[in-house]
Amino acid sequence: MNFPNLITNYEEAIAMILFGIGFSNLLLQQNLIKKIIGLNIMDTAMYLFLALKGYIEGRKAPIVVDGVQSVEAYINPIPAGLVLTGIVVSVSVSALMLSLTIRLYRRYHTLNLDEITTRLEKEGL
Amino acid sequence: MEFVQNFPFICIILSLFSGPLSSILDRKKAKWVNITVITAIGAMNVAVLQFVIRTGEAYVYRMGHFSAPWGNEIRVGVLEAVMAVFFCVIMLLSMIGGSLERERELEPSKENLYYIMVNLLLSSLLALIYTNDLFTAYVFVEINTISACGLIMIKQNGRTIVGATRYMIMSLLGSGMLLLGICFLYGITGHLLMSNIQEIVRKIYSVGQYRMPLLVALGLMSVGLAIKSALYPFHGWLPDAYGYSTVSSAAILSSLVSKGYIFLLIKIFSRVIGFDIVRDSRVVNVLFVFGIVGMIMGSVDAIRESNVRRMIAYSSVAQIGYIYMGLGLGTTAGVIASLFHIISHAATKSLLFVAASGLTDASNDSTDFFDLTGAGYRNKLAGVAFTVGSLSMVGIPACAGFISKLLFAQASVEAVHKLLPALIALAVSTVLNAVYFMKTVIRIYTPEKKEVLAAKQFTPAHMSDQKAKSVAMICFIALNLLLGLKSEPIVELLQSGLQMFA
Repeated sequence: MNFPNLITNYEEAIAMILFGIGFSNLLLQQNLIKKIIGLNIMDTAMYLFLALKGYIEGRKAPIVVDGVQSVEAYINPIPAGLVLTGIVVSVSVSALMLSLTIRLYRRYHTLNLDEITTRLEKEGL
Repeated sequence: MEFVQNFPFICIILSLFSGPLSSILDRKKAKWVNITVITAIGAMNVAVLQFVIRTGEAYVYRMGHFSAPWGNEIRVGVLEAVMAVFFCVIMLLSMIGGSLERERELEPSKENLYYIMVNLLLSSLLALIYTNDLFTAYVFVEINTISACGLIMIKQNGRTIVGATRYMIMSLLGSGMLLLGICFLYGITGHLLMSNIQEIVRKIYSVGQYRMPLLVALGLMSVGLAIKSALYPFHGWLPDAYGYSTVSSAAILSSLVSKGYIFLLIKIFSRVIGFDIVRDSRVVNVLFVFGIVGMIMGSVDAIRESNVRRMIAYSSVAQIGYIYMGLGLGTTAGVIASLFHIISHAATKSLLFVAASGLTDASNDSTDFFDLTGAGYRNKLAGVAFTVGSLSMVGIPACAGFISKLLFAQASVEAVHKLLPALIALAVSTVLNAVYFMKTVIRIYTPEKKEVLAAKQFTPAHMSDQKAKSVAMICFIALNLLLGLKSEPIVELLQSGLQMFA
């Protein structure tokens, strides 16, 4: 194991731990709202990871001020663009999940996915 | 540059913008707009296919005229064009075949929303097929998921909403892993365009750097896309989603949506990473094992099912298993067999869903196995169509399914260590397929007693209602026989396409 690498890249390690937390919440939680929270943690962890990939120590955000146009002065702007796109995607899927949750709650008055499934079987649909 | 070369881009944009257009039209007009758009896109893709066959090489279309490392690209070869044409044909036929059900099962005010979803789905599928940019692929994967979820839940009952929720959860897990894999690859290579990534990957692979991160990225992307395309054991959402949604949704979802993800996976294997590196990494072996388990377990689940729609849905699990088994063989022949099976399964499964709905029309909309007794006599064309579909699934010569099984068997001979498990799984799965499909065919041709029919109020289907469905079924049968009898030119196209694909 390369333990020193883990220390130097501790931000990436944290992003991965957060990803794991979000992933397991989305997979294992029974409560739909908790699942959605897990989804958002997972996505945010990914944005943290992407943002870290684009960051270069000692440089500024890529906005041209004071006429400085040298590439050396700025960080990589592409991961920031990817994060923005990713945020749009994650907002829309969260909205869709929340609307599905509302539908299910109105119909079954519970947020527990297992309980909804058992009730469905009782309905015999 | 010729004008035809713009067509892939125009197709994507056209179907993307015809979605919002159908939201302001009334449902009759929206339906016609939808059918016209799909037909036009199909015709354009045929033109593109002719163009790439004539020139004999793939071309790159720069979006916004920024060249390679910076801009976004579309890359068009024979394989992409063939897939796009087939997807358009099958989507058109599924839409025609399910028009009666859509009128009956959807709220009238919601029907034009359905066409938005279909148009978005088509545009995202085309983008997945044509794009040469990994992140664009991710964005369109998400658009695909969202519109597929809309297609499931637009018919409102408890089952479809729960099915849509489960589908969303599994899909989000899958796309999370896919995105993480893409981030890793970007971190390693610094590129997002597929051809550029492969260049760097080959360079770092040859000097032996970054083996572990590459493997992790490859694994994450494979597992993510496998979850999204319902490879066994990630298929929990599938029977509800396919079994209870409206017919055209079920046909489109089973035959196109999951196939779009598989096509992207093949693209990642051969264009982003390089197929030889993927084979060395042994990720394909994992897919092979899960594919084989899926082939058998999907069929076992289908045998135990008494609801016909759910039975056909479980059969999809088995067929997805076939496709992954072919990929897992790790040979070019295996990939070609998988690609052919993508096409043949799409043609057969949508035929089965439409035919099953024709049979249930003649049985008071009951999908129960025993209620279908004699349904083949009450709706003759649907009976014939279901029989053809079943024969094709089982793999009787002259049908599409036979050719794909033949190709799988031939491909497995090349992969020495996987020969025995692949052939055994093919044989077992074929027998199991025959058990549940032939059981159903025999059931629909078993005459029902007159008293029972009168008691259950089953009447023969009115052919005047069934015009659209009949047209769709006849076209599907013709497509199946065409794939079964004239498979050689298509296989040759796939072979030449795969060569220029990487």
